[in-house]
Amino acid sequence: MTPEIQALQNIAATNYWSALAPELVLGGVALALLVVELLLPKRALALVVPRVAICGIVAALAWTLHDWSAFWLGRELFGGLVRQTTDSQIMRAFFLVASLLVSFIATVVLPRQKVPRVEFFHVLLVATGALMLLAQSNHFVLLFVALETVTVAFYILVSYFRASPLSLEAGLKYLVMGSLSSALLLFGIVLLYGVAGNPLLAGHTAQSMNFTALGEFLRHNPDQPLALVGAALVLSGIAFKIGAVPFQIWVPDVYQGAPTPVTAFLAVSSKAAGFALLLILVRGPFLALGQLTLPLLSVFAALSLFFGNLAALPQRNVKRLMGLSGVSHAGFLLIGVVAAIAPQDAVSWAPAAVYFYLFTYLLGAMAVFGVMAHLAGDDDADQDLRHYAGLARKSPLLSAVLACGLGSLAGIPPLAGFIGKLLIFVAAFHAHLWVLLAVAIVAVVISIYYYFGWMRAAFYEDASPAESRVYVGKIHLGVAASLTLVALALATVLLGAYQGPFGQWIATR
Amino acid sequence: MNDATHLLQLAVAAPLAGGLILAFGNFIPKRICKLIAFIGFLVPLLVALHLWWAYAAAPKTSGYAFLSATDFGLSRALGIGLKLGLNGISLPLFVMAAIVGFAAGLVALQSGAERLKLYLMLLLVMHGGLMGVFASVDIFFFYFFHEFALIPTFLMVGLWGGRDRNYAAMKMTIYLTAGAMLSLAGLIAIYAKSNAASFDLINLRLALAGDGAFLAALQHNLFGLLLFGFGILVSLWPFHSWAPLGYGAAPTSVSMLHAGVLKKFGLYGLVQIALPLLPLGGQDWVTWMVWLALGNIVVIGLVTMAQRDLKQMVGFGSVMHVGYGFLGLACLSTLGAGGAVLFMVAHGLSVALLFLLTSQIHQRVGTFDMTQMGGLVKRAPVLAAFFSAAILASIGLPGFAGFWGELTIFVALWQLSHLYTALALTGVVISAVYGLRAVAKVFFGEPSEEHVRYAAANPTADLDWPARIPALVLLAGLFFLGFWPKAITAPLNDTLATIYPAVEAAVKVVAGQ
Repeated sequence: MTPEIQALQNIAATNYWSALAPELVLGGVALALLVVELLLPKRALALVVPRVAICGIVAALAWTLHDWSAFWLGRELFGGLVRQTTDSQIMRAFFLVASLLVSFIATVVLPRQKVPRVEFFHVLLVATGALMLLAQSNHFVLLFVALETVTVAFYILVSYFRASPLSLEAGLKYLVMGSLSSALLLFGIVLLYGVAGNPLLAGHTAQSMNFTALGEFLRHNPDQPLALVGAALVLSGIAFKIGAVPFQIWVPDVYQGAPTPVTAFLAVSSKAAGFALLLILVRGPFLALGQLTLPLLSVFAALSLFFGNLAALPQRNVKRLMGLSGVSHAGFLLIGVVAAIAPQDAVSWAPAAVYFYLFTYLLGAMAVFGVMAHLAGDDDADQDLRHYAGLARKSPLLSAVLACGLGSLAGIPPLAGFIGKLLIFVAAFHAHLWVLLAVAIVAVVISIYYYFGWMRAAFYEDASPAESRVYVGKIHLGVAASLTLVALALATVLLGAYQGPFGQWIATR
Repeated sequence: MNDATHLLQLAVAAPLAGGLILAFGNFIPKRICKLIAFIGFLVPLLVALHLWWAYAAAPKTSGYAFLSATDFGLSRALGIGLKLGLNGISLPLFVMAAIVGFAAGLVALQSGAERLKLYLMLLLVMHGGLMGVFASVDIFFFYFFHEFALIPTFLMVGLWGGRDRNYAAMKMTIYLTAGAMLSLAGLIAIYAKSNAASFDLINLRLALAGDGAFLAALQHNLFGLLLFGFGILVSLWPFHSWAPLGYGAAPTSVSMLHAGVLKKFGLYGLVQIALPLLPLGGQDWVTWMVWLALGNIVVIGLVTMAQRDLKQMVGFGSVMHVGYGFLGLACLSTLGAGGAVLFMVAHGLSVALLFLLTSQIHQRVGTFDMTQMGGLVKRAPVLAAFFSAAILASIGLPGFAGFWGELTIFVALWQLSHLYTALALTGVVISAVYGLRAVAKVFFGEPSEEHVRYAAANPTADLDWPARIPALVLLAGLFFLGFWPKAITAPLNDTLATIYPAVEAAVKVVAGQ
């Protein structure tokens, strides 16, 4: 047996396909949808396709939960490409729940437009699988391939309403900015690859794209200028995905133009993917580069908090508002990431705080997007605060869900978002991040204006009802939609008051 | 754990449960909704009165009676757990909150407001939070419960409020969030720096009492954070501008709860948490506290005198009187702190009563403008009697609860500085001037022509019995404590005597005495 074959066999021995079963299920269902389209009559498609997709997501979620603490956690699988951890399990479940809710929003929004269903759900499922792979990547090759799959999927989804000029414009903007961020990321990866493979340097490695080997190399060469430039470029590429300042420039236009379910998908899953990657990188291969990552991420965090909130203040279009407030949420989350790697006082449970914050953001944002989807008219990009006048009187349920969602995003007790912010704050205190804390406190106060301004638009009765969507169009609220929205609202209240299992989990970190 | 501890939990849970039921009010008939709301307001009152009675004989752990602890998940990781209990400082305020909440609930039930179910639901959530504030031993939940009121207040002011409600609601919410965030930062900092590993006030006290390393510089910064954070919430001058505006715009029962009870959160936090834990920090900020408090008393006092609008006058008056509470704290003595607590109880009852009666006057004359009022005493003698009593109570006349609070504060302040006492005493004159002038303008003299026309069109009789009950409840509280202050000073004294000597001692060591 030649050594090459031996090496191949060693790698093949680490191919635990069952570890990737949920992703495979998603891929299989995505392909099956294309077959379903061929077999079924057109009329049945609108009914069947979303259900098949939702069943696929639920099956994948069940499988993920079934293998929650499987024996391969922590090992390098697929020849070092994949490494599953408790953290990656959490993020996989997160992406599945998010996609479930995005599908729900899509079933509300898509029927209003003359667009094909099958492709939407096909792309959604593929993107979800790729996001899940991203959260367990242990190698720059898998990271880049998965990230590009997600990005290409978003190119399609953002401009999905092809009759809408704004959707097409958003698609073009996302394409240009997305390509730029991919280029930055790739350039950074190449620099790291090149410098880590340099045989003249201590700790050089042939596996220089593997996170473990790269981390070992960077530990030996924390001051290597090329490596620092490479890491900075990689972090910048990820900052695009999470919409952190100064890479937020695409956010408002793309969020406005994209169909509402896609905006929700971008706001929640794309942002969360960026944070999953950041946590993998800064606590893994880039751990030794604290002199670079700490100041860089701290500056990103402070700028995002300031810019996101100030830019959201004058917004009247609620999709742009969600985009810019999402920028400030990225700032809060970045504080958690910084606390996780603070030099002397790293807070061991800070990543858990980031995950918790992401979950509260998921609940709050999806509740709000769910309400937005019901109020959107024929032109999906035109969703204005004035359309909400009289909502509380016309539909107490939608307004109550909106209040819970917005209150949670603003971080008002007893809603879940407050506990998320509290955890981040306590972590920041332990890590002595005084400046970031001060900025965050100011940011919370500023954010009150636009979150409560939105509540004011929905509840107060001073605005003229003439322009309101509530009175012009008819709100059709199905039973399944009501139940989902009520469940989201109750979950924000419940998670704000009770954090039992999660609390136990972070206590062990 | 005995029956009384469950009663304390019940007092917090009952209004919240009532609010939760009313959230599904669309499926419940209005009559049942009103009954549920009434029970939600009544239960805390009954429980509070019973616990007040039982407090003296109740077994106490670390100075707290009726202790109970519940874990909601974060106690192992962060030391956050719901811990309820009452000590001598929180008991009087807990009782006051229950009384004012009951009165505000009765007013709301009779108000006939549009969409009454939603109104009652929001008010119940707010009231449940307030009961929780004073029953919490855990300083995280102390904060958490306070914030229950934020969204309900915003919605209630905006939906049922009067003039400028849109602007007032937003301004109020932003100010309150700013104050709350500063206080939260201070509270987390105490937790993070004290090595107590929990937000439990008992543990924090123990940890800090034995911790000489809790440095003076740190205390200085933390106390500053808490002083200004709580100060904004209590409308300390010059951060007060949200208060008169908000109370002016808010519907009556919200003004009663907000000005009467919710605003005591900040002062209570300073008495119960900040000063005992950070005495050296308090020492550093005494001058600031005194001068800002005098700003409340003198500057806002003069502003109050200039008001023509009755509701604005009551709002500014409540802001002005808060200064006395701060002066009591600034003495850094057992006496001063006790005076502040007594004063808070009296202030809560009298301000709530004034807001209640102001709305009754408005119903009869159709305006808040005092220059257009007059001669109301002929039509509503009972209302006139109530209002005069309320004004006298807020001035601090002997026989009312406020007298003991102000007297104690002045005595304590005299030991600090004669100048401060003299300046503070001008406040009594100021409140007598605007209070008695308001009584004269509203009830005596000749009514304006518009008023005569309005009265002819809306002949409302005197205060009827349903409207008298909440007023009587509040007035009874003021009278009872005016004649029998021992009912709260006895438990208060016990608790303060175990906490504040250490504060006085710490301050004296620094002063070199």
